[in-house]
Amino acid sequence: MSLLSVRDLTVKFAMRDETVTALNGISFDVAKGERLGIVGESGAGKSITGFSLMNLISRPGYVDRGEILFDGEDVVKMSDKRLRELRGDKMAMIFQDPMVTLNPVLTIGQQMIETLLAHRKLSREEARQIAIVKLREVYIPSPEERLDQYPHELSGGMRQRIIIAIALLLDPQLIIADEPTTALDVTIQADIMELLLELCQSNKVGLILITHDLGVVSQMTERTLVMYAGRIIEAGRTREIINDPQHPYTQGLINALPQQTLPGQKLRQIPGNMPSLTNIPPGCPFNPRCEYATDLCRTRLPEIAQYGQVQVACHEVQRLQAEGERQEQKA
Amino acid sequence: MFAYLVKRVFQAIAVMFVISLIAFAIQGNLGDPLRELVGQSVSEEVRQQLRDELGLNDSFLKQYLRFAGNALQGDLGTSYFFKEPALDVIMKKLPATLELVLGATIIIIGLSIPLGVYTAIKPDTILSRVIMGLSIVGISIPVFLTAILMIFVFSVTYGWFPSFGRGDVVHVWGYWETNFATADGWMHIILPSIALASIMLPLFVRLIRAEMMEVLQSEYVKYAVAKGIRPWRIYFVHALKNTLLPVITVGGVQIGTMVAYTILTETVFQWPGMGFMFLEAVNRVDTPLIVAYLIVVGFIFVVTNTIVDLIYGLVNPTVNLARMGA
Repeated sequence: MSLLSVRDLTVKFAMRDETVTALNGISFDVAKGERLGIVGESGAGKSITGFSLMNLISRPGYVDRGEILFDGEDVVKMSDKRLRELRGDKMAMIFQDPMVTLNPVLTIGQQMIETLLAHRKLSREEARQIAIVKLREVYIPSPEERLDQYPHELSGGMRQRIIIAIALLLDPQLIIADEPTTALDVTIQADIMELLLELCQSNKVGLILITHDLGVVSQMTERTLVMYAGRIIEAGRTREIINDPQHPYTQGLINALPQQTLPGQKLRQIPGNMPSLTNIPPGCPFNPRCEYATDLCRTRLPEIAQYGQVQVACHEVQRLQAEGERQEQKA
Repeated sequence: MFAYLVKRVFQAIAVMFVISLIAFAIQGNLGDPLRELVGQSVSEEVRQQLRDELGLNDSFLKQYLRFAGNALQGDLGTSYFFKEPALDVIMKKLPATLELVLGATIIIIGLSIPLGVYTAIKPDTILSRVIMGLSIVGISIPVFLTAILMIFVFSVTYGWFPSFGRGDVVHVWGYWETNFATADGWMHIILPSIALASIMLPLFVRLIRAEMMEVLQSEYVKYAVAKGIRPWRIYFVHALKNTLLPVITVGGVQIGTMVAYTILTETVFQWPGMGFMFLEAVNRVDTPLIVAYLIVVGFIFVVTNTIVDLIYGLVNPTVNLARMGA
């Protein structure tokens, strides 16, 4: 049985004039110790997916329907008490910007120890020792001193390491990392990702990595979901999705990577922008930006369906595949 | 820390200099002190002679320097009415005022934090709406009206509380007599304290609520929830500590303002403090006493603000007092 099983999850936001659907019937599974990547442009619903897994969507957002089974228990229906026990203990989260994630008026030690004491019966001294061990695991130099420091005394990279250490404090089964390196300096992004991968592997922790960086996904994860306008449009093993993307949007994303372009050549981008959630076009939400769009695409929403090794939500996937093969034969 | 303290003290001195200059400048514009000092029968020659003796014919600068020099030695002039050093007159009245301000401050701190936090956490409950509605009423009604209404209801109609004066006070030290030692003293200070708190309390409830709501939206509060921290700890440790930082700054200024507001409260309740004294001094054109009052109140203002700034530095870890002095 999978550790996490999301079924038909729909999240809506009650705005002043209308109700906006931010997530539209998404379903996926994460096995124990599996690493899953969620990619897509800004506004695709990646972060909302991450937050809703811990039932952290706050008003005006709410889960409209669907279920999130974690270890067989539905997170959506959990009592506040059960949720509190789950959060930070079995499921931990790494936020996007380490500069604003830690409380500025509490020391690192206070913020680590309180997490342990919220879930375990420990003495302060025992909790402190665990915190020191975890800080060592994320390669923080002289951890004893760090415990008495305030967040503003530490660099962004250092803070994100500490946040990773906090995530690992209670040996969770799943870590949700919401773009953990976007707010960091490019030079330390790779270090942090490497550290996260290493720790997930050595501790056999499941990981949901939310990012817009396909390069990172290919190195970090075993399976990938591609999201667009609140839906999953392609899902499957990361290797297949990166090497042989089926959905025109995924293809566009991969072609847009700078590595796919020769020096001096113009970068290839997907024309247009992601539609705003208040104004999603009828049919396939990607159709206005898609060069293969047909009348069917403009009128009917494609269901996600198995196609070869992956699941794709596209009417034209067979035609695209055939065309691709024809071009390959020509070449 | 020491360097910062020295810097703050220099700032305080500069502020006091400006206050003394303004207070002294008022002196020359409050009418002829001779009229209050002597009767109508005194002849013009004697008046001129008295003016010379009192130094009223000297230049402004000369008068100010003499005033400032005396002030630095603790001599703020002699009250025309009491025929006593003005500072002594004020010092006798000061404890009554400070106890009144203390009473009001206790009410404000004791109520504004729980009310502000509650209305921020549960903004949609009926109780929250009632509290917010009452706070608007509280801010809108002037202190003297609140005071008169309270006397009418609680003293005249029900007779629960005395309507004027300090009641039984116990001598503590020097000029200081306290209300807090006898039951009668407590009964006397309750209504005036509430009246004085009636403007500041709603202001603080609203301020704490607004700050708290903003802090509750922050990433670090969301993160604390994601870590599974218990709600009371999120509210009172994670959020409240951050909420109180700006509140402390405003609070320091408001304590000083409250000393000034005592004029109204003390007048209505016949409270023998320096606010009541000030109003009497104005009626009597007791210029030295008026000037001395302004300087003492200014001094209290400056001292409380300096202390509050230091406290702020101690509470907020991102302010490094040692480095700020350098």
